Amino acid sequence: MSIRSGSDAFEQRGPGERAVGLTTRGAWNAFVMLLTREILRFGRIWVQTVLPPMIMTALYFVVFGHLIGPRIGEIDGVPYIQYLVPGLILMSVITQSYANSVSSFFGAKFARHVEELLVSPMPNWLIIVGYVGGGVARGLTVGAAVTMVALLFAELSVHSLLGLFGVALMTSILFAMAGLINAIYASHFDHISIVPTFVLTPLTYLGGVFYSINMLSDFWQQASLYNPILYIINGFRYAMLGISDVPVWSSYAVLATGILIAYLYVLRLFRKGIGLRS
Amino acid sequence: MSNAVEIRELEKIYEGGTHALKGIDLSIAEGDFFALLGPNGAGKSTVIGILCSLVNKTSGTVQVFGHDLGRDRAWVKSQIGVVPQEFNFNQFEPVEEVVINQGGFYGMTRKAAKKRAHELLKQLGLYDKREGAARALSGGMKRRLMIARALVHSPRMLILDEPTAGVDIELRRDMWNFLAQINRQGTTIILTTHYLEEAEALCRHIAIINEGRIVEHSSMRNLLATLSQETFVLYACEPVESLPELPAFEARLIDEETIEIDLSGDQELTSVFAVLRDHGIVIERMKNKANRLEELFLRLVQDDDEAARNKQTEEHI
Repeated sequence: MSIRSGSDAFEQRGPGERAVGLTTRGAWNAFVMLLTREILRFGRIWVQTVLPPMIMTALYFVVFGHLIGPRIGEIDGVPYIQYLVPGLILMSVITQSYANSVSSFFGAKFARHVEELLVSPMPNWLIIVGYVGGGVARGLTVGAAVTMVALLFAELSVHSLLGLFGVALMTSILFAMAGLINAIYASHFDHISIVPTFVLTPLTYLGGVFYSINMLSDFWQQASLYNPILYIINGFRYAMLGISDVPVWSSYAVLATGILIAYLYVLRLFRKGIGLRS
Repeated sequence: MSNAVEIRELEKIYEGGTHALKGIDLSIAEGDFFALLGPNGAGKSTVIGILCSLVNKTSGTVQVFGHDLGRDRAWVKSQIGVVPQEFNFNQFEPVEEVVINQGGFYGMTRKAAKKRAHELLKQLGLYDKREGAARALSGGMKRRLMIARALVHSPRMLILDEPTAGVDIELRRDMWNFLAQINRQGTTIILTTHYLEEAEALCRHIAIINEGRIVEHSSMRNLLATLSQETFVLYACEPVESLPELPAFEARLIDEETIEIDLSGDQELTSVFAVLRDHGIVIERMKNKANRLEELFLRLVQDDDEAARNKQTEEHI
């Protein structure tokens, strides 16, 4: 039996009978609605969301690629400007996926329209998937835009198309979830910039975006191996250029483990209602 | 037929230690128009928050249309529409998108949600504003938008937390008519309000909550019948210099044309008019001055406060 509005979103049960929430079709409709809202949100403000990383990447190529790059020469047999490309693309994917989830979800909390979701029959996992989907959409959109900019400065090569897409997708999922966790805990606007500024940016810059860890002393090489972003960037670099500082399987292992832990953690936060329900 | 809401021994202690609900029991019949009243901080919003899954209960059971809220939460949510006290929609979204999105979150297709949203926006006088940003709406319009949003999935129960706060009188009347209409169509409505006149005009049953306890739970008719006294304002045709002796009644001359008179349950207005006419005072028109429910409400809450104080004193002794 359908709900009274005539949709087939719910199963109707008598008193005392075990009743489920959304049907599969209803859950799909809810997911599409949330994802569309998220995509429209960052699309409406593309000047703030898509354009700045494109300009930033162009500047990196001009300064590091064209002005400083020729003095560095090659790294692992690849011209420096070409070596930069995977790191810069993935850096955009990381920051933009994170930024989308953290700003959108915290904005919804701050303006209290997150309650629209919390009172709805959408299960917690579906709300998480919807917001992560928005983060992934922005991360990959900006990643694609930055790739277009890179084409203006360097020759792009692809070692494994599947690997390229796989690492980019998994990276955006992981950091969109991390952004969601940040947003759940945040109670002030300051809190949504602390992690990106003091954790994410240093780890990304020290994660091999601009150099190979083989250029570092033994101590710093070993220290760099504790930085998870190193594995992610090298996984992407391998998919593009066929070179990596770490075994490729370790990149996928870090990403898969990170996604699983982040998902279980954010699901727990939703279930307990931390930062969401009193 | 099961009750729309069945609450047993519901308790809520917030993290800071505030004991908001102290084991309340409440039953609300399906199809009822129910008022939940109480002073600020009494626990009304906590009850509503628990029903809407925005507040976690500490203990007790809540059943909605025969389904346990803890066990069948998603299904229970699908049966409820909520109009909160504060504006909680995305102010930057177009008006119709606010309603359509909510339909989507309840599993409706965009097409079905849009059709329903347009119906509701027409009924609530917002259709012409549907493409504008929600932030551009006036306060009253924003409240109506939240009602449209709450009804988009055609819930069996509508919960309104202070829905007419800050709404002008004319608009309030329109909203009352709209709510009465959807109640007649079978939707159970739970209302909290500070306008006791609103509860008296709309609701068939009432519960009064004070300091986390239900101090009264009965039909509006029975509750009002317990009133022993009502106050009427009488307007004389001609100026009255002084009030004559009215031994059977408690009367006051407010100004030279206005008399206020208290009547107990067994006294009749006709006898008042007769006595006044005997003294040459003809009444042109009259009105019931006091909000009857307000009087009851104050009395019940004051009695409860006094009982609590006495208990505390006894404990100290």
